[in-house]
Amino acid sequence: MAVLSFGQALKDALDVAMSKDDSVFIAGEGVGVSIHYDPNLPTHGLLEKYGRKRVKDTPVSEAAIAGLGVGASALGLRPVVEIMFFPFITLAADMLVNHAAKLRYLSGGKSAFPLTVRVKAGVSFAAGCQHSHNLEAWLAHSPGLRVVFPSTAADAKGLLLSAIFDPNPVIVIEEMLLYWMKGEVPDGDHRIPIGKARVVIPGKDCTVVSYGGAVYTALEAAKTLSEEGISTEVIDLRSLVPLDKACLLDSVRRTGRLVVLHDATKFGGFGAEISAIVAEEAFDVLKAPIKRVAAPDIPVPVSPPQEMFNKPSPETVIAAVRATVGKG
Amino acid sequence: MGSQQVEVGLKKAMYEEMALIRRFEEKLIELSQEKGKLVGMQILAYGQEAVSVGIVKALEPDDVIVSNHRSHGHLLAKGADPKYLMAEIMGKATGVNKGKSGTLHMSVPEVNALMTTTIVGGGPPLAVGAAFAQQYRGTSNITVVFFGDGAAAEGSVHEAMNLAALWKLPVLFVCENNCWAGAQSLSEHCCLMDITRRAVGYGMPGELVDGNDVEKVFTLAKEMVSRCRNSQGPVLIEAKTYRIRGHGEHDHQHYVDKKELEAWARLCPVRCLRERMLADGLVTEGEIQVMDRQIEAKVDEAVRFASDSPYPLPEEALQDLWVEDGIPQQVAQ
Ligand SMILES: Cc1ncc(C[n+]2csc(CCOP(=O)(O)OP(=O)(O)O)c2C)c(N)n1
Repeated sequence: MAVLSFGQALKDALDVAMSKDDSVFIAGEGVGVSIHYDPNLPTHGLLEKYGRKRVKDTPVSEAAIAGLGVGASALGLRPVVEIMFFPFITLAADMLVNHAAKLRYLSGGKSAFPLTVRVKAGVSFAAGCQHSHNLEAWLAHSPGLRVVFPSTAADAKGLLLSAIFDPNPVIVIEEMLLYWMKGEVPDGDHRIPIGKARVVIPGKDCTVVSYGGAVYTALEAAKTLSEEGISTEVIDLRSLVPLDKACLLDSVRRTGRLVVLHDATKFGGFGAEISAIVAEEAFDVLKAPIKRVAAPDIPVPVSPPQEMFNKPSPETVIAAVRATVGKG
Repeated sequence: MGSQQVEVGLKKAMYEEMALIRRFEEKLIELSQEKGKLVGMQILAYGQEAVSVGIVKALEPDDVIVSNHRSHGHLLAKGADPKYLMAEIMGKATGVNKGKSGTLHMSVPEVNALMTTTIVGGGPPLAVGAAFAQQYRGTSNITVVFFGDGAAAEGSVHEAMNLAALWKLPVLFVCENNCWAGAQSLSEHCCLMDITRRAVGYGMPGELVDGNDVEKVFTLAKEMVSRCRNSQGPVLIEAKTYRIRGHGEHDHQHYVDKKELEAWARLCPVRCLRERMLADGLVTEGEIQVMDRQIEAKVDEAVRFASDSPYPLPEEALQDLWVEDGIPQQVAQ
C-alpha cells in the first residue's frame, strides 16, 4: 500500500481505469492543461500519459460537457467528466437531471449511461457562494443518479473506480480541501462498493452521521466528547445514493441517539432525509430527539469570520451531542 | 480613427482612470504576497484597462454595466470608490458588499454597476433582463455587459444574444478577447478566432477593435452606444487584448509562451497612451508625474482605509438574504 494524497489517489483511480479499459476518457475545463501545476490534483500528468484523444480539454461549456458524457456513455464509452466547482453543476443540470437520470427509465430499461461526473466541492477557500455551495441534496433528490462523497484517500480511489465501472450515472463529489490530505491507499484496481457506509469509530452513547470533509469535524468533536466520558460513534456514509440504511439503523439501534452533520445548508438538506429515515424506521429506539448540525440557510459569505461562522464546527457538534445525551 | 477624434481633456481623464486601475491592481499584487491580507483568489484585469475605460467613458452615468470575475477595471471606470472596493477585497465590513462578496462578485448599484457574476457566461442573460427593463420603461439608457472569449462558448451567451437581437434590446455586448480562458488559448476553445463573426448569426452588428488602444475603443463604443440608445437593437464589440498576469495571482503561467507575453507587454495600454500623449505634446512629463502621484495617494488611502476597517461580525452573515421592507431605492429607481 502506498501513502498518497487524496488528489493523487483520485488520479491513481483514473490511471488504473484508463489503462485497464480504453473506453474510459476524461473531459472537462483544464483537465489536461491546467492553470494549476500541482501533482496533488486529480488529473495532473494524465494528458502526458494518455494523450489528447483520451484527455479532453473542453471550452467553458458545462452543458456541452455533461451532454458529451451522457451521449458518449449511451454508445458504450465510459466518460469521466469534470465540473470545476459544485455550483457550476447547475449549468450541467439539464443533461444530468433530465437526461442522464431519466433516459434509461424512459427507454424501458433498454439504454444505459455508464457515466461518471467528478465535481469539485468545498467551502472555506474564500471564493464565495458562486464557487462554494454544497448541492448534494439536489442531486440525491433526482432518482436515477448515484451520488458518492468520499472523505479519505483510499475511499476516493475506491469509490471513483467503482463509479467509473458502474453501469449507471454516478456523481463523485470531491472536497477540494482534502486533495492534500494523505492516507494509505491500496494498489491496483481497488474498489469500494457504492452504497456501503463505514463506521469510522465505534461508540455507545450517540451516533454522529456525516460524509466528506465534515467527517473530520465529527471526529474532532468525538475526541473532546470522549474526554468527558461521552462515547460517540462516527459514521461516514461515503455514498448518499444508494444509502446504507442498514449501517445507519444498526448504529442508532446500538446508541439510541442521532446527530446528523453536514456542511451544506440545513433546510431541505440531506440531513433531513437521514433524520426522516431514522424517525420512520427506528423511532422506537430513540432516547432523545434527533439533531441536525448544518450550515445556516444562507449562501456562503466570503469574509473570514463569516465564512467560519457558516461552516459547522466541532463545537456545534459537541453541543448537539451533549444536548442529545442530556448533558447539555 | 483615433487621436484626432478624442479631445485632450477626455484623453487625460482616460489616462488617469487607466493608471488608477493599474495602480490599484499593482497594489493587489503586492498585498496578495502578504499572508492574510486579502481573501480568496485575485483575478486581475491587468493589461485590459483600455477596454474598461474606453467603453465606460462612452456611457452616461445612468447606463448600466454588468461585470464578470475580472471586474476591477469595469467597476473603477464606472466610478466605484477604490476605498470600498479594496475593503471588499479584504473581506471587511466597510466593503461595497459588507464582505459577503469578496473580489469575485462585487456589485456597486450606486454607480449602476448593477451586477457582477463569476459564473462564466452568466452576465449576458442578466444584461438582457436589465436592457428589457430599460426598453420597457422607455428610458434611453442602455446596458453593457463584459464577458470573455471563453465565456462566448457558454450556451447562455448565445441565448442572450439571440433574444436581445430579436427584441431589439439596448444591450452592448463587449467581449474582452484576452486570448485565454483559464489555461486554454483561444485557438483551443474556439474555431472562429473572431467572436464578432457570430454577430451576423443573430442579426446584429459585430465590430472588432484593438482593445489595447483606448481611443479606438472609445470612438467605436461612442458610435455603437448611440445605436443601442436609438432603439436599433444590440451590438457586439470584440476588443482584442491580452491577459498579462495569468488567470489569477495563483496562476504562474507555466503554459504560456514567454515571447508572446513579452510581445503583448510591449503593447501595454497605459504606457502606450502616456507615450502618445507626451509625443503629441498634450501633456508634459511633469503633469504625468503629478497625476501618477495623485493616483498613488488615492490607492494608498484605499489600502489604509481597508486595512483599518474591521471585519464584519460573524452573525451578520445571516443578514441580507431577504428583503424585509420593500425593494431598496437604487434598484427600484
Ligand atoms: C460556469 C463557469 N464555469 C467555469 C468557471 C471557471 N472559470 C472562471 S474564469 C474561467 C475562464 C473564463 O475565460 P474568459 O471568459 O475568456 O475570461 P477571462 O478569464 O479570460 O477574462 C473559467 C473556466 C466559472 N467561473 N464559471
